[in-house]
Amino acid sequence: MIMFNARRWLIRAAAAATVVGVSLAPAFAQKGLDEPFQAPFKKALEGKTVGYVPVAMNFDLTEGWFAVLKRQLEPYGVKVVVRDPNWSTNAGAQAVTTLISEKPAAIVVHNPDVQTYAKLLQRAEKEGIFVIQINMGSAYRTTGFVGANWIEIGERDTEAVVNSCKGKSNKIAIVQGALSAAASAYTLKGVENVLAKHPEIKVVSSQAADWDAAKAKAITQTVLKQNPDLCGIVGFWDGMDIGTAAAVKEAGLTGKVFVATSGGGEQKGACDLVKSGAFDLDLSYDVPTQGTDMAALIKWLLSSGMKPGTVKGSDYTTLIPITKANADIDGTCWKLERLKQ
Amino acid sequence: MKTVRLTQQGIVFTIFILLFAGFAVFLPGFFTADNMLTLLQNVAVLGILGLAMALVVIGRGIDLSLIAVLAVPTGLLLQLVQDGDSFSHALLMAALLTFAFGLFNGWLIAYAEVPSIFATLATGLFLAGLGQTALFKLDVVQWSPGLAGFEKLGQGALFGIPMPIVMFAGACLVVAAFLRRTRYGAFIYAIGDNPFAARASGLPTRPLIVLQYVLASLIGLMAGLVLAASVNSMPTRIYNSTMIYDVILVVVLGGIGLAGGRGGVLNVVIGTLLIGTMLNGMTILDMSYSAQNLVKGVVLLAAVITDSFLNPRNEETAQQGDI
Repeated sequence: MIMFNARRWLIRAAAAATVVGVSLAPAFAQKGLDEPFQAPFKKALEGKTVGYVPVAMNFDLTEGWFAVLKRQLEPYGVKVVVRDPNWSTNAGAQAVTTLISEKPAAIVVHNPDVQTYAKLLQRAEKEGIFVIQINMGSAYRTTGFVGANWIEIGERDTEAVVNSCKGKSNKIAIVQGALSAAASAYTLKGVENVLAKHPEIKVVSSQAADWDAAKAKAITQTVLKQNPDLCGIVGFWDGMDIGTAAAVKEAGLTGKVFVATSGGGEQKGACDLVKSGAFDLDLSYDVPTQGTDMAALIKWLLSSGMKPGTVKGSDYTTLIPITKANADIDGTCWKLERLKQ
Repeated sequence: MKTVRLTQQGIVFTIFILLFAGFAVFLPGFFTADNMLTLLQNVAVLGILGLAMALVVIGRGIDLSLIAVLAVPTGLLLQLVQDGDSFSHALLMAALLTFAFGLFNGWLIAYAEVPSIFATLATGLFLAGLGQTALFKLDVVQWSPGLAGFEKLGQGALFGIPMPIVMFAGACLVVAAFLRRTRYGAFIYAIGDNPFAARASGLPTRPLIVLQYVLASLIGLMAGLVLAASVNSMPTRIYNSTMIYDVILVVVLGGIGLAGGRGGVLNVVIGTLLIGTMLNGMTILDMSYSAQNLVKGVVLLAAVITDSFLNPRNEETAQQGDI
């Protein structure tokens, strides 16, 4: 009974729809339909300013993010201004303070450590400025964080090294970044997580090279002389691990010592070095993706009309493992010159 | 009764011997031929820079722009080759930039009479800024295929001795010959000992000061080339680092007084060896970064305090500019 009724209703509805459709179709063809949300979206973005405070310009990551932010936001009339503290934490704190008084719509910050900017970021959000943190987070959580999950990087790099050590000496070395940097400490935690599950692995050296290629090389050379049977090295940044790889190459151990590292995935700094055999694994947190994510987040926040600080969320970047298998493929890495065009 | 006068050089040498012997006895894997080469190789660039600094300090000056000279011309070389220039042309450009920079430093100090510490502080910042804004695309200038062969300068070996050590040894010989065997070397000691007396006795002090800074810059370039070849890139951000203090440390620890007129290549070698031994031993021990800094600080303090006890400052001979 019910089924019968439903069927009859369907037939009627279909007939009605056909009648309505036929009568309305020409009207649609002549008159456009206004999409009600795009005008307010444009209005929300037009004339706004986004402040950008990296730890320094002039290196692949920060130049890449800046290029993408500009490319994504400027066509909508958003001005992206950069304040370059050039590795000075003080200058960075000052830059954030002045930016707050200039009242931009949003600030993108790249924290030098977890503490320095924490209070400032809190103040910025109280004053109605959205704060997006990129790659290196502060102890204070703001509206958005876009960046690599350092713990995951430490874990995945170490797992790869541990795997390559199977049946070998099980001796590994760790080349950390700077002790004060959260990224380095978090990555180390990831390394420890994996090592806790593999008691057979022996860490013969775990030292900080200050993100400096020359120091990384000196440490690795000494370690390799003491342990020529080393089976793998976990490095914390590909820009520094050029030195690590150079030491491995000089010792004639390329291919025998597995070098795992991470970085922004720039062509010369990542893919070219994987191709040459310097690195066996380079986990990339693809800078163009991070830049696009930030821009999308800013567009969404500005058009939402939300009050800064009312919601807080994270967008951990999906990592791209670069190995010999994909280093040759166009698109695995990115080129700064192309981003800037 | 004979009194034993220990000089700064002697003290540092003693500390070096003690440390070295201690490591050799208690640290397996330290006293091997391979490790000795690594030890030297790791401090070769520092040693080369120490020679440049020594040359200037002996002439009673100081060159704080050395790290910028190490980084920027070499960075320019790598950048030019990356942009498609030939290696020889790029090298020529780098050498010209270095030469011009040394001339400018020397002119400021000798003719404009700006104190060397301020002059080189400013010119170093200028050169670093120039590199960052106008010459390089990125702080780390990457290797490119056009440089093939050049990496041998930092990674190859000659008769089993790694190239950086060979370069350091070569630079030592050249600087030692210059200081001890040529007239100009003797003039530099004279200027360092007493610039006014040197000028009164007819020495062309101003051109000689220019010469010092030009030589120091060229040695700085050489250190930069070895560094770049050794790590397959030029991390130009190194001018933001504290490396210049390490260079001064090598010179002062080795026993070259900042008052000028004293010391020589041997002092640089001893200072370099001490730093090298400490770094190498602590790396083998896998000491933490902070502990390493602590030890470095303690050793330096020990050397300085012992020196001031054994060789108290003589108010009569103390010169203006003594640090």
